[in-house]
Amino acid sequence: MSQDCKDNLEYLSREEMSNIQGERLSKVVEKVYNNVEIYRKKMDEAGVKPCDIHTIKDITKLPFTVKHDLRESYPFNFFSASKSDIVRVHASSGTTGKLTVVGYTKSDIEMWADMVARCMVMTGCDNNSVVQDSFGYGLFTGGLGMHYGSEKLGAMTVPTSSGNTLRQLQLMCDFEADTICCTPSYAIFLAESMKKEGYTDRSAFSLKRGIMGAEPWSEEMRHDIEKRLQIKAFDIYGLSEIMGPGVACECEMQEGLHFNEDHFYPEIIDPETLEQVPFGENGELVITTLTKEGIPIIRYRTRDITSFKTEKCKCGRTLIRMNRIFGRSDDMLIIRGVNVFPSQIESVLLNMGDSVTPHYQIVVDRIGALDTFEIQVEMSDKLVGDNLSDIISLQKAIDHDMTANLGISAKITLVNPNVISRSEGKAKRIIDMRNIKK
Amino acid sequence: MLVNQIAVFLENRKGRVGDFARVLATNKIDLVSMSIADTKEFGILRAITSDNNLAVKSLREAGFTVTSSDLIGIEVEDRAGGLSSVLLLLDDGGVDIEYLYSYAKTETNRAIIILKVANNEVALEVIRKNNIKLLQNSII
Repeated sequence: MSQDCKDNLEYLSREEMSNIQGERLSKVVEKVYNNVEIYRKKMDEAGVKPCDIHTIKDITKLPFTVKHDLRESYPFNFFSASKSDIVRVHASSGTTGKLTVVGYTKSDIEMWADMVARCMVMTGCDNNSVVQDSFGYGLFTGGLGMHYGSEKLGAMTVPTSSGNTLRQLQLMCDFEADTICCTPSYAIFLAESMKKEGYTDRSAFSLKRGIMGAEPWSEEMRHDIEKRLQIKAFDIYGLSEIMGPGVACECEMQEGLHFNEDHFYPEIIDPETLEQVPFGENGELVITTLTKEGIPIIRYRTRDITSFKTEKCKCGRTLIRMNRIFGRSDDMLIIRGVNVFPSQIESVLLNMGDSVTPHYQIVVDRIGALDTFEIQVEMSDKLVGDNLSDIISLQKAIDHDMTANLGISAKITLVNPNVISRSEGKAKRIIDMRNIKK
Repeated sequence: MLVNQIAVFLENRKGRVGDFARVLATNKIDLVSMSIADTKEFGILRAITSDNNLAVKSLREAGFTVTSSDLIGIEVEDRAGGLSSVLLLLDDGGVDIEYLYSYAKTETNRAIIILKVANNEVALEVIRKNNIKLLQNSII
């Protein structure tokens, strides 16, 4: 890829883009109809055949895909490509402890790298950049997703992964990294650590920009990060079900995220009526992958609430721009970058036996850099003996099972029965004090 | 032959011990003994009262988590070495003690020791064999 890797596909007219989208849609629909039993069933039930799909407008004839569908197909039943063509899998946490697994063919990995590289160029990176990739490496798509894109771009890529903050700072300083990829909360944590470790002279660092995502963040948080680290912080969007980071990203204007709509077709729907709403209105984001081979997804309900800007961006790109994600249409929480569903917590508690009740309250806050996560659990009368050690063991057992199921640790607080307030028969389960707004 | 004790789970919240005491007072229940074992986040209040059944009932109604259990109570002479000699005998008899607390009855020059042991039967056997004075259910 050349240094100036601005892609022509980023500058198409609406009509040209629609034509490409329509062609790609009809191909991908044919592929999933022939290869994925669940899609064939769903389409047959909806009375739609691949030959009914000609233009991108026909997409509304197709049924939606939800996270539950993917979970039910654990591990590989949603794959369209055969296992021999899959070269990588990633996974994200589901609602019942089972992971949602996604598979990539060789060409999927190529496309993903292209899209991440495209995003990085939007933020001002080029092959001279030194990119410190502090997203977690592993089943999570963040680390490896950014890594391949950065390499594709030709940037010097430093795969630090997350954690070990002192070494992060040391390398950032010594390698003269100009770009950091991480979650917004980790960026603040890094800034605080810098101060604590006595890096008072900002000129010790060459950092110019941060490419950040994987958790909800507000415009206020962006300003905070930019001020603390003296960088420009860019929002990158993605989800493993669709690909990972690189579905959309802000350009240097920082006025919305350019959606890579030549590969991912976005729709906004009303989550109640499931009808499409105009791009300018708020609603739930629905994405169709137009070119993926491993696990193409048709009309995936992301549950993320947002809207699109319809006017053209000052940067000249014609890729449509998405506004910051500002909510969820379900009760999923994103805590320290990990998806947490209240139903997961409930099922862990129900498996604890008689000692606790499934009455709980989640308290999430953001203190300084990091999300705090507390689960208050009402005990049952049957449990409490007169031994501290029994209660401590119970607390530890809940802690252990929660961490194993949620993939994130929580502070477990045991409380007396009926302490958690119930109104109209329904307990208030979630207290999120992080105040993440548009 | 055993001493009944109630155990109350207390969240580490301001005023919880006061709430507990208020419930007993309202129901005219007299406290015989009380101790609190605590961690950073919660505590267990152990108490013997003039009417444990009523105490359990009224505390539960007030939203507390309460259990009751049977412990061993013994009486020893209130002098140096009084506790030690008894513990030695229990130890020799293979009795595993989970916790204990004691208080002195000044008017009789005797001390009461309340013991939570792993196995009550084994402990009672040792107590009987060595002629240690076992408390009856009412210890007031």
